[in-house]
Amino acid sequence: MFYRETGQFKQSYAADQAVFPILQDRLGLAAILVVAFVIVPLFGNEFLLASVMVPFLILSLGAIGLNILVGYTGLLSLGSAAFMGVGAYAAYKLSTIFPGVNILVWILCSGFFAAGIGVLFGLPSLRIKGFYLAVATLAAQFFLQWCFVRISWLYNDNPSGAIEVPARTLFGLAITGPSATPVTRYLVVLVIVVGMTLLASNIVHGRIGRTWMAVRDMDIAAQLMGIRLLPAKLLAFAVSSFYCGVSGALMVFLWLGAAEPSAFDIKLSFLLLFMVIIGGLGSMIGSFFGAALIHILPIVIRGLPEALGLPIAAATVEHLTYLIVGALIIFFLIVEPHGLARLWQIAKQKLRVWPFPY
Amino acid sequence: MLYNIFIDPFVQMAQMPDLLVQTLWEGLVSGVLYALIALGFVLIFKASGVFNFAQGIMVVFSALTLVGFYEKFSAAGFSGHTAAFVALVLTAGVMFVLAMLVERVVLRPLVNQPDIILFMATFGITYVLIGFGEMVFGGDPKQMIASELFLPSGSVDVEMLGGMVSFQKIDIAAAVIASVMIAGLALFFQKTRIGRALRAVADSHKAALSVGISLNQIWVVVWFAAGLVALVTGIMWGARSDVSFALEIVALKALPVLVLGGLTSVPGAIVGGLIIGIGEKLGEFYWGPLLGGGIESWFAYAIALLFLLYRPQGLFGDKIIERI
Repeated sequence: MFYRETGQFKQSYAADQAVFPILQDRLGLAAILVVAFVIVPLFGNEFLLASVMVPFLILSLGAIGLNILVGYTGLLSLGSAAFMGVGAYAAYKLSTIFPGVNILVWILCSGFFAAGIGVLFGLPSLRIKGFYLAVATLAAQFFLQWCFVRISWLYNDNPSGAIEVPARTLFGLAITGPSATPVTRYLVVLVIVVGMTLLASNIVHGRIGRTWMAVRDMDIAAQLMGIRLLPAKLLAFAVSSFYCGVSGALMVFLWLGAAEPSAFDIKLSFLLLFMVIIGGLGSMIGSFFGAALIHILPIVIRGLPEALGLPIAAATVEHLTYLIVGALIIFFLIVEPHGLARLWQIAKQKLRVWPFPY
Repeated sequence: MLYNIFIDPFVQMAQMPDLLVQTLWEGLVSGVLYALIALGFVLIFKASGVFNFAQGIMVVFSALTLVGFYEKFSAAGFSGHTAAFVALVLTAGVMFVLAMLVERVVLRPLVNQPDIILFMATFGITYVLIGFGEMVFGGDPKQMIASELFLPSGSVDVEMLGGMVSFQKIDIAAAVIASVMIAGLALFFQKTRIGRALRAVADSHKAALSVGISLNQIWVVVWFAAGLVALVTGIMWGARSDVSFALEIVALKALPVLVLGGLTSVPGAIVGGLIIGIGEKLGEFYWGPLLGGGIESWFAYAIALLFLLYRPQGLFGDKIIERI
C-alpha cells in the first residue's frame, strides 16, 4: 500500500540508474541508519553492543568481502579467514612500529597488505576453477595460518604467541584497548562498515562490477567479449581481500582485543561462506542478513533454555546449537537456494502489488 | 641456503637409507588412509555431483557408532569377537539409514541446484552429525575395538639397508584391507548391475533417467557405499589413534588428495593419496626443519597446487571441456 513507485518520475539517467530508485527504499535506509547511529547506541546495553552488534557488523564486512569474490565473480574461496588474519597482523605490526599515527589509518591500510597477499594467492585462479580453486585457496588458509604461528616477528616475539591490542585514542576518546567503551567501539565500527559498504555497492554497480558478473556467468564468453580475465579476477581477489583484511583488523582491534592464530582458522572461513550463501550470493544486503543469521542465531539458541527456565546442561546446549544450526542451514537452502536476499526481494515485490496477488 | 634446500636432504637420504625407507613407509600408510577418505568423496561426487564435505565427519561418526554399540553390548555382559562383529553390522545399518535420510531430506529437495548450494548443504549435514554425535557419544576420545575385530597390534622390525625399519602391524593390515576394498569397489563398479547403473549416472543424469535408472535409489546406494568406506576408514584411523572428533581435520587432508587425483577418478584418489602421503612425510622430515617444522599442515596443499597448475582437472580427472 505504502510501498510503490507510482508517481515517482525519473527525469535523468542518473536518477533512473540510482542504487535505490524508489523513494520508500531511501526512506527505509535512512530510518535504518538513524536506528543504527542514534537509537542503538543510546538505548542498547553493553551486551547488545559489544557481543551482538560489533561482531555482527565486522562479520558483515568480511561477508561482503567474500561475496565480492564468490557471489559477484564466481570464484569459490575457502581462505577468507587467512586474509582477515593478514589484515589483523598487518594492523598490529604497523601500529606498534608507528605508534604515533592514528589507529584508524592503520586499520584501513592493513587492507592493502591483505589485498597484496590475496592477489598472490589469486594468481592460480586463472587456470584453476570451481572446487579445484576452492581447495587451492585452502593452501592460502593453511600456509598463512602457519606463518602466524611460526614467524615470531609478526607478533613481536610475544611469548604467548598472541597479538594484543595497544590502547589508542581518537579525538581524546579511547577506541581500542581495555578502556574503550562499547559505545565508542560500536560507533567506530559502524562508520567504517557503512562507508565501506557504500563503496562496495558503488563498485559492484559500476563497470568493474559488471565485468565481474560477466566473468562469473561464463568466463570464456566474457573473454570473447573483450574482458581481460587476469586483471578482472585479480582485482576481485584484491578488493575481496581488502575487505576481509579490514574486517580482520577491526575484529582484533575493536572486538576481541587480542587474538591468537587460531582465531583465523578454517572454521571462520567456513562461517563466512555460510553467511554469503545463506544471505544470498551476489547481494550486499544478503551479506548482512547472512551475518545476522549465522552470528545471532547461536546466541539466541544458547540463551533460550535459560530464558525458558529449562534445566539443560551447558554442553548439551552447545551440541544442540550445532544440531539446530546445521538443520537450519539445510532448511534455508531448501526453502530458498538463492538466499535470504531473494526472500527479501520477493517480500518487496509482494508489497508493491498488494492487495493484488500479482 | 641452496645447498640446504636442493642437495643436503638428498645426501641425508643416501646416507641413511633405512630412515628413508621408514619415512616412505609411513608416508605410504598415511597415503592409503587419505586415499580411503578421498575415495568416499569421489564415489559421491561421481554419482551425484555433490562435493561431500561431510565425508570426514561420517568417518568419525561411523567409528563412534561402532564403539558406542560395542560399549553397550559389553555393558550388557556380551563382549568379544562376536559382539564386535554384531556391532559392525549394526553400524553398517546405521550408515544405511543415514544414507536414506540424506537422500530423502537433503538431496531430493535440492535436486538440480547449483553445485555450491549442494556443497553448503553437506556443511549442514556436517554440523548436524557433529551436534548429534557429541550429544549421543560425548566429546571424549574413545578406544577403537581393534583387537576384537581381529586387527593385529604391535610391530615388526625388519633389518635392512644397515638399520632397523619398524612396520606397525596395524599399518600393514590397513594397507591390505584398503587394497582389498578398492579392488572390491572396482569389481562392484565393473561387474554388477548396480555398478553399471552407477557409472551410467556418473556419465549423465538425464541419460540415465531416460533409460529407467532411478536416481534416488542410486544416490542411496552411493551414499551407503561412501558410508561403508567411511566406516572402514574410521576403524583404521581409530586403531592408529583414538576415536574423537579431532579426526575431523583428517578430512581436510583428503581435499588436496582429491583435487590432485581429479574429483571424478577412483584411481586418481588412490594415486593422489600416495603422492600426498609420501610427499608430506618426506617434506616434513627432510625439508621441514629448514622452515621451522610443522609444515605438514600446508605442504600437501602446496603439492596439490603445483600439480593443479600443470593439470587443472587433476591427474586423472575428466578433461574439462568448456562450451559457449
